[in-house]
Amino acid sequence: MRLGSANFIAELPNAKENPVRARSALATVVGAALLTGTAACGGEAASEPGDKTIVLYSGRNEALVKPVLDKFAQQTGIEIQVRYGTTAQMAAQLAEEGDRSPAEAFLAQDAGALGAVNKKGLFAALPAEVTAKVPAKYRARDGKWVGVTARSRVLVYNPNLVAKEDLPASVFDLTDPKWKGKVAIAPTNASFQAFVTAVRVQHGEQKAKEYFAGLKANDVQIRENNIAIVEDVDAGKVPVGLVNHYYLGEIAKERGTTPEKLTAKLHFFPDGDSGAMVNVSGIGVLNRSGADPDVRTLVDYLLGAEAQTYFAQQTYEYPIVAGAPAPAYVPPLDELKVPAIDLNDLGTLEASIALIKATGLTP
Amino acid sequence: MRPEALAAPALRRFKRRWAPQPFLLTAAALALLVALLPLGYLLIRTGEAGADRVATELLTPRVGWLAARSMGLAAVVTVAGSVLGVGTAFLVTRTDLPAPRMFTVLAALPLAVPTYIAAFAWLSSVDGFAGFWASALVLTLCCYPYTFLPVAAALRRADAAQEEVARSLGDHPWRTFRSVTLPQLRPAVAGGALLVALYVLSDFGAVALLRTDTFTRAVFTAFDLGFDRTGALVLSTVLVALTTILLVGESLTRRHDARYARVGAGARRPHVRIRLGRGRWVVALVLTGVSGLALGVPALNLLRRLAAGVSRPGSLPEIAAAAGNSLTVAAAGAALTMLLALPIGLLAARAPGPVAATIERLSYLTHALPGVVIGLSLVFFGVHVAYPLYQTRWLLTLAYAALFLPLAVAAVSAAAAQAPPVLDDVARSLGRSPLRAFTSVTAPLVAPGIAAGAALVFLTCMKELPATLLLRPTGMDTLATELWTHTTVTAYAAAAPYAALLVLLSAIPTWFLAARTGLLGPEGQDSEGWR
Repeated sequence: MRLGSANFIAELPNAKENPVRARSALATVVGAALLTGTAACGGEAASEPGDKTIVLYSGRNEALVKPVLDKFAQQTGIEIQVRYGTTAQMAAQLAEEGDRSPAEAFLAQDAGALGAVNKKGLFAALPAEVTAKVPAKYRARDGKWVGVTARSRVLVYNPNLVAKEDLPASVFDLTDPKWKGKVAIAPTNASFQAFVTAVRVQHGEQKAKEYFAGLKANDVQIRENNIAIVEDVDAGKVPVGLVNHYYLGEIAKERGTTPEKLTAKLHFFPDGDSGAMVNVSGIGVLNRSGADPDVRTLVDYLLGAEAQTYFAQQTYEYPIVAGAPAPAYVPPLDELKVPAIDLNDLGTLEASIALIKATGLTP
Repeated sequence: MRPEALAAPALRRFKRRWAPQPFLLTAAALALLVALLPLGYLLIRTGEAGADRVATELLTPRVGWLAARSMGLAAVVTVAGSVLGVGTAFLVTRTDLPAPRMFTVLAALPLAVPTYIAAFAWLSSVDGFAGFWASALVLTLCCYPYTFLPVAAALRRADAAQEEVARSLGDHPWRTFRSVTLPQLRPAVAGGALLVALYVLSDFGAVALLRTDTFTRAVFTAFDLGFDRTGALVLSTVLVALTTILLVGESLTRRHDARYARVGAGARRPHVRIRLGRGRWVVALVLTGVSGLALGVPALNLLRRLAAGVSRPGSLPEIAAAAGNSLTVAAAGAALTMLLALPIGLLAARAPGPVAATIERLSYLTHALPGVVIGLSLVFFGVHVAYPLYQTRWLLTLAYAALFLPLAVAAVSAAAAQAPPVLDDVARSLGRSPLRAFTSVTAPLVAPGIAAGAALVFLTCMKELPATLLLRPTGMDTLATELWTHTTVTAYAAAAPYAALLVLLSAIPTWFLAARTGLLGPEGQDSEGWR
């Protein structure tokens, strides 16, 4: 338990050189220990390697990952304390906590966030047997995080408003006047930023700048998130929108139906178009737990058949490890013509963000 | 009488202005430290960013435009909220409006509705509901109780005799209201308006959903865009600057010689209520309409979502646990916040002077910072200074105090202004000890205001989300976090019970708030205890 005060005092700077400070620190600790005595049950976090507990920071939603984590705990007997938050704010929290973070692993919704935390030097290298399970394009170049599931960018459309044969062959067609006011995007969303990076990497800064300025000039509809886009497209309020593929499944689930029965349909851009980029959700292990067998067990489990099948069936994401079945209503991942984008570039998003800001798509 | 006693009042006045009670001063300074924690964090992080980075972040047209828009939104909502708040307060306290108590509670209840719920309800009820004016409408409907409550309380407390004198001298009722009543309401209106303006500056829930570009939205977006913590924090400093402008503006409207307490003889009498005639039903209809927009729209939307979805919330024990957590952390937050606000508010009212005024103003300085920034600053504080408290309820409680101290300070100073130091001096001159003078004179006068402040902080804590997410003990869910969990995956039906519970549980302190400010009792028997 973290309140083991002896340890804590030893860590205080200059405890011996500065007795007054040490005494007041002791007073603080004792006071705090008294205060927390009753409430500490939630706070005891720092676990030892192999002690059968894990502290996991999850930027992925509780409703999506709790079932699979519960299964893991049941099967392995490893207790897992999960802290849920938004991926971006957790990345900021981890950066703030640095080496004193209670977290042992970070499950993130987006490769960019994993890249950002990795850039701060907080992740330990994963063993080669682990990284070998994941295709090279879906993990860190330095082996410090791996993808767990994949998600494709798609165009969601309402077939009552847009005929299938009129769908654009490329995401670049959306700046055409015939799409004026008909396209919805969520520019503050991490998945959109990844898409901006894809355009930059594939086509260069100049073309990217022109394209997003063109979208803005074409009266593109701004939404706060992907869900709002899919709901509006399904309801016929907007003809098309740029989103991730699995939101259709999420909304169908809430309505007690299947994705196929919704009005909204998905269009995957062909031929390696930037509009079809694939991003991942993934996991990284914090430095001090690099050698913890419990954490290793968790990473292995998430990359194992059971968890991968769960994500495909329950959250409609693409499994990332070979052999697991694909979600029902989308073409299999290896049939998609995905643009050649290195997810490692998503950790350095500054240029993409400057570009998004410059176009005035976000505040 | 010894000769030096003659100089004593002047000396005491001087001491009161420049060197107020040392104990109170120390306590107030300590409390101020808590409110200024986030500022220290911002300074450290902006310092690390370096002058160049700060310049590139801040010296852009975009920053100026966003600042202007945020201030514009704050101005519109503050004016609209003040008109609505003062108008409603006047109607329920001074006219023969039917069912005044019901309308009092209805006008206080929007405080229990988080702006993200209200905005979401409007968004899914009205097609194309977005932008500046949409946000202005939702924020006005959510914030007008901030002016309604203090103004209604002040109207109830105001001396009826002064108005009667004005009327007897031939003043028209409206002229009396303008020239006699309104000036007395100034502290209540200005205090409420300041809270509304600062709230609007800090709000993220409504402006994000309604796609209104404001400064706070830019700060949140900066966290999301490339996980850029430094950029976000540098941007936040502008919110502190905007707050300073508002604080200076509000201070300039203060009149330093004004006295707002009733110290005359005789019993408090009920005010003469203005007869609205047949117009009273029209007015009742309008007020019902306002409540319908503020409360009915969110309620109906929740019901519709509940009926349409198939997702279900967790088991009953899970819901109960979340409700229990919400209640306990909010109660702890309210208690600590009041404890810290007491010395600041008392100092401001009992020992008015530059020192007290400065401390009181400074306690507002970080109030416009978004919850995520306050949350991160407490993460920093927890990790580097109070590690044993990190991710315990105690640090979360401290965060609530840092977030909501001004709400409590406003309540305490408004209440303490009703108990001017002269009353204390009289008690002392009659031989009471300082402690007895406090317990027998000041405390009874101030207590209802303090209780009202506690209720206000309590229900604001219940709604808080970003700081709660960053600081809660791992594994602890509250109603607000459960609501967030379910709405972000479109599980609206699962979210609805949490939202309903959040509003229902908040309605209790709201009711209390209305009752303790003396708004629900029959006039002439106000709960202030001043008879």
